[in-house]
Amino acid sequence: MAARTPGRVAYVNARLLDPASGLDARGAVLTDGESIVDVGPGLFAGGVPSGIETVDCNGACLAPGLVDMRVQLREPGEEHKETLFSAGQAAVAGGVTSLVCLPNTDPVIDDGATVEFVARRARKNGLAKVYPYAAATKGTLGQELSEMGLLAEAGALAFTDGTKAIKSAQVMRRALAYAATFGLMIVQHPEEPSLADGGVMTEGEMATRMGLSGITPAAEAIMLERDMRLVELTGARYHAAHVSTAEGIDIIRRAKARGLPVSCDTAPPYFALNELAVSDYRTFAKLSPPLRCEDDRRAVVEAIKEGVIDVIASDHAPQDQDSKRLPFAQAAFGGLGLETLLPVTLELHHNGYLTLLQVIDRLSWAPARLLGLPAGRLKAGAAADILVFDPDRPWRVNPEKFRSKSKNSPFDGRPVQGKVLRTVIDGRPVFIADV
Amino acid sequence: MTQARFPNRHLLGIQGLGPQEITTLLDLSDGYVEKNRSNDRKMNTLRGQTVINLFFENSTRTRTSFELAGKRLGADVINMQASGSSVAKGETLIDTAMTLNAMHVDVLVVRHPDSGAVKLLSEKVNCAVINGGDGAHEHPTQALLDALTIRRRKGHLDGLTVAICGDVLHSRVARSNIHLLNVMGARVRLIAPRTLLPAQAERLGVEVFHDMRQGLRDVDIVMMLRVQNERMRGHFIPSIREYFHFFGLDYEKLSFAKPDALIMHPGPMNRGVEIDSDLADDVERSVIREQVEMGVAVRMACLDILTQNLAEVK
Repeated sequence: MAARTPGRVAYVNARLLDPASGLDARGAVLTDGESIVDVGPGLFAGGVPSGIETVDCNGACLAPGLVDMRVQLREPGEEHKETLFSAGQAAVAGGVTSLVCLPNTDPVIDDGATVEFVARRARKNGLAKVYPYAAATKGTLGQELSEMGLLAEAGALAFTDGTKAIKSAQVMRRALAYAATFGLMIVQHPEEPSLADGGVMTEGEMATRMGLSGITPAAEAIMLERDMRLVELTGARYHAAHVSTAEGIDIIRRAKARGLPVSCDTAPPYFALNELAVSDYRTFAKLSPPLRCEDDRRAVVEAIKEGVIDVIASDHAPQDQDSKRLPFAQAAFGGLGLETLLPVTLELHHNGYLTLLQVIDRLSWAPARLLGLPAGRLKAGAAADILVFDPDRPWRVNPEKFRSKSKNSPFDGRPVQGKVLRTVIDGRPVFIADV
Repeated sequence: MTQARFPNRHLLGIQGLGPQEITTLLDLSDGYVEKNRSNDRKMNTLRGQTVINLFFENSTRTRTSFELAGKRLGADVINMQASGSSVAKGETLIDTAMTLNAMHVDVLVVRHPDSGAVKLLSEKVNCAVINGGDGAHEHPTQALLDALTIRRRKGHLDGLTVAICGDVLHSRVARSNIHLLNVMGARVRLIAPRTLLPAQAERLGVEVFHDMRQGLRDVDIVMMLRVQNERMRGHFIPSIREYFHFFGLDYEKLSFAKPDALIMHPGPMNRGVEIDSDLADDVERSVIREQVEMGVAVRMACLDILTQNLAEVK
């Protein structure tokens, strides 16, 4: 990709959004090389001096690039579904400048060499910055602890068994205790596997009518309740991924109120869709955890607004046609997310639940802060990872136009509002929309 | 003869002993160190008395040390290993105790894999019982020999800072040492990953660390604990290489301790797992072999003092 070292660039005539400082005002940003050197409402009020390249934002929003804390990459192992390059392209088209990938590749990311392989390949692509999670247990088999200390030294950000819950309470306890030894975080897929086993959608009237085996929403609550007790026992930093039920949210809310070191995220399908999306046996809407009932969806929206849900992540899970064009029960779980993350989240703004600053907070500053990443801020000295977007422009989701190698979007055909116009990483423009 | 210098019939643990009793044992041990180093090692203090080493768990060094201690004092020493005995045929612990008791034994040295088993046995016999290690509970003679080693090198125990590093969770050595060092006025630190620390360890009167460099800062004594290989396979710690990298003692980590800090290990060592091989052999720093020597003297002192008490009772 573009290896050119950028000079000084002025982004003018923008609505600046920086949730870390609470800045929401018209102004400009100046970058020099890979860094931001100045930000402010008054900047270039008297015009941009000559010798500085100027990007006129025409009144569009300018925010720190998005930080997506839950992305499944398929490289190494399943390059026919997604590669680091295609995911990187999809990310920047979606305004994502940093992403954190799950270890559920083949081989699993459970040794230092694989951590370094992923990081090195991603750096070469020069697209979104990739930070790997590593497996919490060897091979994500849920039995033996992974070498968390050495993996963290190699660059692993936190530890998770990816799309699998850590099932055994004893293994989870030890994983938390061991992680706490080094101050590391465990990310859980909060779903009790023995209840989820064999289920393909949320248990209830819909599943009954469709004749599909259900997963009780209690599978989430049971796992979270157990984990909260283990967090209390070990003092470890814990993050619940894609929380999707009202009961699950209540458990997190109570844990936070008690001061436990707990955080959580959700993904756009859980606040923008409900189980009705799987009617007609639509396998693109077969997700893990499954889409929930309308009451749960509303609870997710409220929890995002309230801040109980800290982060919105894409939960990007590419699947090829052969994995999805199957009877519902046999189809693979997962949906694309990178290229719809921003517009679907903006629905929360357009519907009056979040301010634009809050949208950017949940998508950028909150995950960066939670993971300790050098991202998510518009300030002098920060990396020039920038997103320019029009929050209002309407378009229709068409996966055929996606950069991602796979096309399995649960939002296929959805009319949305809000478009990424330009994505900049380390000062380099890596995506510019065809206007 | 001094009256009731050690007012206990058994030595079941360090917990419950006061500084005076510990000092009495250490002072007596000092004498035996000198005696063992002389050419006149054989004594008849315990002539005609019988000591049985009853070991329900494998041991080489502790059993040999007790055997030698008994023989130097002139006792008749019998070793009973659990395998190949009536225990292997299904006899209960209490029946074994009653059987041996009927033979008029003077001292039973007992090692058992279950915590509390030695105490249970002691309640059923008339002889003196020495705990040679019970489960993850106590190993009093190890703590005494460690204390003797430190006292002879440093001149005192009070005011010293001692770091105990490694598998505290499963360690009886750590527990006995914590009790003894606390009673004698030393400050104890534990350094281990959280998976190898028992619950509420700080309630034992220690400071807990999870980082060797922080925990070893300015300590006088570094006690390494053995980590058993089966604990290295992912259940408590992910691997040997990770353990050694973060918790194995090497020169770099040791540099955070005082320049004259001593290194101790109860043995048997896992070189390259909890301790760097060169460091283990460094005669300037490591007192590991000295600990073995002190072990015999301490066990002689224990046998001596407990049989004296028995004689007074009779």
